[in-house]
Amino acid sequence: MTDKELITGLKKIVKPYIQNEAAFETMNADTHLIDDLKINSANLVDVVLDIEDEYDIEIEDDAFEDMLTVKAAMAVVSAKIAK
Amino acid sequence: MTPDKILSLLPYSRPFLFVDGLNYINEDAVQGHYTFRRDEYFYEGHFKEQPITPGVILTETMAQIGLVCLGIYLLRENIESDQALKFALVENHTHFLLPVPPETKVVVTSEKIYFRFGKLKCKVNMKNTSGEIICNGEISGMIVKKS
Repeated sequence: MTDKELITGLKKIVKPYIQNEAAFETMNADTHLIDDLKINSANLVDVVLDIEDEYDIEIEDDAFEDMLTVKAAMAVVSAKIAK
Repeated sequence: MTPDKILSLLPYSRPFLFVDGLNYINEDAVQGHYTFRRDEYFYEGHFKEQPITPGVILTETMAQIGLVCLGIYLLRENIESDQALKFALVENHTHFLLPVPPETKVVVTSEKIYFRFGKLKCKVNMKNTSGEIICNGEISGMIVKKS
């Protein structure tokens, strides 16, 4: 899966939870899920659960705590898919 | 952890404690009950001369039994070692089907949908003693680590 495909996939997943349309429109690897997209901490859990379903992976508590940027989320998903 | 121990750990007191007892509790579900007293403080104004339990109080009752009691049970090991854990209501989607007059006994049943990354989401219903559904929906809470 290319980075571009991964960002497109993540963009679809976060869409229902974002509170900042402008940051969402320009979402890229450096976008912060909480600071930029304004996803609240309760919905961040749903984002990660939706990522698990979409990519058929399981994310541990440690990885969850790292997944605060699009780049970090992509890294976790890529590593899990590769296994 | 026994139901009595869970009740003793609830962070509420009158007039805002809406749990009388728990019928059962396990990793996946909880059932508890509460009887609304004739003299609950909110009946004085909701409504004028026609006391009906407010929907927000029914929601609170579902949350205290369905989320907080279950959350305490699920976190029992952490709670025994760390008293600083707190819960916050974060999501609520409830349908209200029947009015609840004073002195109604309600039974709340909550089934865990998931408990991941500190968030507990449950499918909850409240019934009267005739088994009729008063309200039902999905409610979520999160652990807040007190600093």
